[in-house]
Amino acid sequence: MGKILHKAELAAKIFEYVVEAPRIARKAQPGHFVVVMANERSERVPLTIADFDRQRGTISLVLMVVGTSTMQLSALKEGETLYALIGPLGRPSEIEACDTVVMVAGGVGTAPVYPIARAYFDLGSRVISIQGSRTKDLLFWTDRLTSVSHQHIITTDDGSAGRKGLVTEPLRELLQADPAHRIACVYAIGPAVMMKACAKCTEPFGVKTVVSLNTVMVDGTGMCGGCRVELRGQTRFTCADGPEFDGHLVDWEKLLSRQKIYSQQEKCSLDRYVEQWKERHE
Amino acid sequence: MSEKKPERRKTRVPMPEQDPGVRISNFKEVPLGYTPEQAREEAGRCLQCKKPFCVEGCPVNVDIPGFLRLIAEGRFAEAAQRIKATNCLPAVCGRVCPQETQCEERCVLGKKGEPAAIGRLERFAADFERENNLIRLPTRADATGKKVAVVGAGPAGLTVAGDLILLGHEVTIFEAFHKPGGVLMYGIPEFRLPKDIVEKEVEYLRRLGVVIELNQVIGKSITVDELFGEEGFDAVFIGVGAGLPRFMGVPGENLGGVYSANEYLTRSNLMKAYAFPEYGTPIVRGRNVCVVGGGNVAMDSARTARRLGAENVYILYRRSREEMPARAEEIHHAEQEGIIFKLLCAPLEYTGDERGMVRQVRCQEMELGEPDDSGRRRPVPKPGAEFVLETDLVIVAIGSGANPVLTKQTKDLGLNRRGYIIANEAGRTTRAGVWAGGDIVTGSATVILAMGAGKAAAKDIHGYLCGDGQVVQSPGSFRQ
Repeated sequence: MGKILHKAELAAKIFEYVVEAPRIARKAQPGHFVVVMANERSERVPLTIADFDRQRGTISLVLMVVGTSTMQLSALKEGETLYALIGPLGRPSEIEACDTVVMVAGGVGTAPVYPIARAYFDLGSRVISIQGSRTKDLLFWTDRLTSVSHQHIITTDDGSAGRKGLVTEPLRELLQADPAHRIACVYAIGPAVMMKACAKCTEPFGVKTVVSLNTVMVDGTGMCGGCRVELRGQTRFTCADGPEFDGHLVDWEKLLSRQKIYSQQEKCSLDRYVEQWKERHE
Repeated sequence: MSEKKPERRKTRVPMPEQDPGVRISNFKEVPLGYTPEQAREEAGRCLQCKKPFCVEGCPVNVDIPGFLRLIAEGRFAEAAQRIKATNCLPAVCGRVCPQETQCEERCVLGKKGEPAAIGRLERFAADFERENNLIRLPTRADATGKKVAVVGAGPAGLTVAGDLILLGHEVTIFEAFHKPGGVLMYGIPEFRLPKDIVEKEVEYLRRLGVVIELNQVIGKSITVDELFGEEGFDAVFIGVGAGLPRFMGVPGENLGGVYSANEYLTRSNLMKAYAFPEYGTPIVRGRNVCVVGGGNVAMDSARTARRLGAENVYILYRRSREEMPARAEEIHHAEQEGIIFKLLCAPLEYTGDERGMVRQVRCQEMELGEPDDSGRRRPVPKPGAEFVLETDLVIVAIGSGANPVLTKQTKDLGLNRRGYIIANEAGRTTRAGVWAGGDIVTGSATVILAMGAGKAAAKDIHGYLCGDGQVVQSPGSFRQ
């Protein structure tokens, strides 16, 4: 359990791991996440399950390097084993056949979006996906997402691929061009600011908008409450009650500030880690 | 008996401790333990009562006069083995049991002086045996061919496993965390219970043949149905603890720097955030820390914050000192370490800065009114009496509830109104073949009570596995 069978660099600092995890693969559903540790001293990091293969007993995880913990994970090679792998955790996506669903994937959010889009596609819903990225080189799994979408739109901040601009622009246009209200639901998964912008964008249209929150977590089983989030004044635990929530109810300001609780310490830790890494490799 | 009795000392032999001024800047254990001479002297105070009340006061009925006599005679390893006949975690219990309300409270010596220091001596015997590599594995009964799954590697689960493995059953413990020990690992700080001792006690169970599967959340990766089905177990014991943090619901409680005690202690103890960045998990280090609550967990949180560099640590407790549920020794140690007790007050609201980090707490002063259901006088707000404290770290230690991860996924498992598993004195639940014990049955209690529940369940599971496999339901005796 936890052995890395395959590792690929999907884009700069974005890695895909196919990990041996038969018990998790058997239970995994779109929307579930796992908690991983690189080594005995590492932080526990939550990662959404990006894909699963029940026959082969594997799950896929996509990881973007943002700090020490993700850097430690990204240093693991094929054949090595994660120190800890726990899951599947959280509640799965609530997927019901509907006319049309819009899947908005921001950056590394493409990974969790893919299995949800596939589930809707397999149910016969019309899937429109919007895949946004800073620049062309950071796009990944475009082929996979296209294969489960009836329409696929790419946006980049710098215009190096697809439309220049933010994901909210085509999202707004789709909603404006939908007088018959065929779009039953929007999923927006990516950085918190992007999910917030999508929720704000869809709110005037009254279209249900599901977001998958990436809060700080420790155990991932509802034991610590570090991942708490406010939904219109009601406190919820992301790990046990989520990670998916109604984006129109989330208190985004509180979420964004809770994500930054450790930013100073994370920076110190990363500087130290990079320094040590350099020393070892000189 | 001998004609001339030596004068028996009325007070117990003191145990050396780390000086408070030194220990507030390290995480090493506070009490240093007895030397062999001190242990023999203290054990010699035992009157060897014919009808030992101390044993009745022990939830697992350790043969206390027996092991004290062995210590007095200098037969330390034998003393440890005597304890282990009924208690597989003596080094832990010697440190964290509330002896003063159990065995030691019943000690006859306590009537005219101080009771025998049973806890300290239990610790001494276990430490002596372990440190001198004198641990002997007891012989296991012949294999029964029966398989028992234990869910949760905390005090209840470890006890069940330790008892059933000796009786010849195969035992596998499933633990959700990456380290076994449960609350002994994530909850109780290093300075009160060194983690290498917990690891050694768990190692002892492994050597007996107990299999421990880490990182398995039963109810998620494997269900209880599957434990009986494809996993092939004949009985299941659930000892998952009461892992659901409680918050007060006051404004500002979700600001950065406001923790549940569960999170704060898990970060520091299990994840070793006190050694950040050598360990990857960060923790907020406060200068002015408020801990809300008056139990052992509150004391552990306050003393941890002190060691992490806090200048002022306040315990905010809504009743008076007499009602505090923490052990006397914990309160004493906290006071020695300069923890400030703000009694008869409760937080009303937290306010933060522009970064969303907590900066102030507004408190309500209380006074004691009529006794409530618990028999303790109910705290009532004093009208208009409020005060404000500057704070940059708040730890909410007001108890925990029943975590539903397993119970929600398990059918036919009767729960009470608050979500705890309904079980009788032997730990039997409403589902055949499933036992439960510890905090998931009783709500937050102590290590030794969980162990007592584990012992009772192990005995009953053994009877079930060796009998005809019929579970006799007796709902009338189920504890609600």
